Amino acid sequence: MTNVAKSEKVMTAPAKKKDYGDPIVSVRGLKKHFPIKSGLIFQRETAAVKAVDGLDFDIFRGETLGLVGESGCGKSTTGRTILQLHRATSGTVNFEGTELTTLKGNSLREMRRKMQIIFQDPYASLNPRMSISRIISEPLVVHGIGSERDRQKRVEELLERVGLNPFFANRYPHEFSGGQRQRIGVARALALEPSFIVCDEPISALDVSIQAQVVNLLQDLQRDMGLTYLFIAHDLSMVRHICDRVAVMYLGKIVEMAESEELYTNPLHPYTQALLSAVPVPDPDVEENRQRIILKGDLPSPANPPVGCNFNTRCPVAIDVCFDWDPELIEVLPGHWVACHRVT
Amino acid sequence: MTASKPISLKDEGLEQKKRSTPMGDALRQFRRNKMAVVAFFIITFFIFMAVTASLWSNISFLDAPKGFKARHTINPAGLDRVDPYAEPGHCARDGLDQGKAWCALLTEEQRARFPNSCRVEIPDPNQRQWCYILGSDGGGKDWMTQTVYGAQVSLAVAFVGSSVSLLLGLVYGMVSGFYGGRIDNVMMRFVDFLYGIPGLVIIIIMQVYFREISSKYEDSSGIVGFIVEINKDLGGLFFLFIALGLLSWIGTARLARGQVLSYREKEFVEAARAVGARDRRIIFVHLLPNIIGPLLVAETLAIPGYIFAEAFLSYIGLGVQPGTPSWGEMISRAGQEGGFYSNRHMIYVPSAALVMLTLAFNFFGDGLRDALDPRLRGR
Repeated sequence: MTNVAKSEKVMTAPAKKKDYGDPIVSVRGLKKHFPIKSGLIFQRETAAVKAVDGLDFDIFRGETLGLVGESGCGKSTTGRTILQLHRATSGTVNFEGTELTTLKGNSLREMRRKMQIIFQDPYASLNPRMSISRIISEPLVVHGIGSERDRQKRVEELLERVGLNPFFANRYPHEFSGGQRQRIGVARALALEPSFIVCDEPISALDVSIQAQVVNLLQDLQRDMGLTYLFIAHDLSMVRHICDRVAVMYLGKIVEMAESEELYTNPLHPYTQALLSAVPVPDPDVEENRQRIILKGDLPSPANPPVGCNFNTRCPVAIDVCFDWDPELIEVLPGHWVACHRVT
Repeated sequence: MTASKPISLKDEGLEQKKRSTPMGDALRQFRRNKMAVVAFFIITFFIFMAVTASLWSNISFLDAPKGFKARHTINPAGLDRVDPYAEPGHCARDGLDQGKAWCALLTEEQRARFPNSCRVEIPDPNQRQWCYILGSDGGGKDWMTQTVYGAQVSLAVAFVGSSVSLLLGLVYGMVSGFYGGRIDNVMMRFVDFLYGIPGLVIIIIMQVYFREISSKYEDSSGIVGFIVEINKDLGGLFFLFIALGLLSWIGTARLARGQVLSYREKEFVEAARAVGARDRRIIFVHLLPNIIGPLLVAETLAIPGYIFAEAFLSYIGLGVQPGTPSWGEMISRAGQEGGFYSNRHMIYVPSAALVMLTLAFNFFGDGLRDALDPRLRGR
């Protein structure tokens, strides 16, 4: 509890370089535990996978917050829990002044107009039995916006906006390439004119050449429509290019969060250092002499995280205190937050 | 700015491509499978036969059964016209001339009872011939007419059996898979329980029980009497439907549940939730159209099973009521009347019909599967 109170206090401190406005999303103490059940018919909850285990962060209007970390660290779960696609186990998500975790039914449905999601897999994210025009107009149909003709017009506008020919409206998803499908997914997310979009690894399933196109599209849209992104990714160089700020997650917790230049030039947490050391450099001379920090072991099971600091099983610089207490996320430099006993 | 430049049709190479919808693609794929197309026409032929059964009886020798009820009227005039165990292709000379002679002995009142026999407007009796195209049985009843009427029974069992199975199984499986958790657990344990029961044994026991009920409540009023009456009018098919339908849906339910489970976690379903779609929309717009294909295929491939089950039950005398021609019952009768030795046509004709129809459904189902399975599409 002290953790939450404390972070709320310091969180409001002015950020360093860029002038951030109000937070559009405020996450406090967010936890999402998936129960593990056993028993034939009368199932008891025997354990829980702690996919997200206590997050505190703000996303400011108009910024792109990157969320990075290895597979299974809870990045996607975080995005989905913010959007209430998963209901939080505990903690709060405040979106433009509205508390989302307690919302239900129609009031939640109303809030969904303002926040949308773009998915990783462009093949699984479009219903193969629906035409493109039906897919993109579905949000409008669900919210009862406009007449049939208005919707058709809107679909054409949206297709144009994401760089597809409106002529494609009556075709089906299987006739499109991965990059085109991803654009269709973007058009669907834009249909309700949201202010906040969770991009759940929107480019990691695409070719490198297509990645750049989609990233440029997302950036253009952000500039033109004032969108706020939570950009989930594991490609660190892409994140550096896109994001204003970056949060690094490990085993359901944020270990470090800073403006992206600051994070990439001055990583403080040993896990961030290890992650960044793994990024290949497109310069053979530098690449040859690059020192890699190789972590020992595997990611521990989120059902049974280590006592003390989450990272202590793999940390190259762990000391006794790391095995006793969980470090809190503390602002060590202006706008630079780290959860590590060795730093603070 | 790559983003805002619309991609032209030429770039995508899509301009020459034919309009393609999921249904159009499926149809094109189906047409490519020759066996399936042949099977489709065989099934259509049998359906045509079953629907027009009463017309077929007119071109064959004897008055045919009406509806599912067998009412083979023995022509009073034609005792000599009735050729028992006639070979296929055996033709009988029209006996109406004799009938007329016989009619002359009758009073006006008696003649009115046999209007067919006592028609007088036959122009030249000696030239009229009626043939047993596929032979006759021991009673001289035309075997083709009975086979045609047997198609009615087999197809009715095929369509009612698969429809009941699809409807029950789809609803049960979708509810179980969609709501998950404890509901799923309890519902699926019940299916597991039913799965452990030997189906044919239960069907036989039920049919024996229904026989009992039928004879007990034959003339009683009320709901049971009403059902028994319907069953009688359908030649015993109603109870057969119940017995077959009661256990047939469990496989479908499992399949439907599995399909729902795999599609429920797909990102497009999550996208629909993210825009605020309700459960009903997700079930009917996103899940149902995607899962119905494999279920239709499975049901089509299950149809031969229903047809065989009916034939088997009728063979052992627990299917249709006596007097209603059904292929199983006909094969049974053929066996009893020496069909294995002397009157081979009695075995061959209904057996061939049975084999043709079940094989046709199998090939049709295979074609349907290839057409509806998106993983095979475009190859």
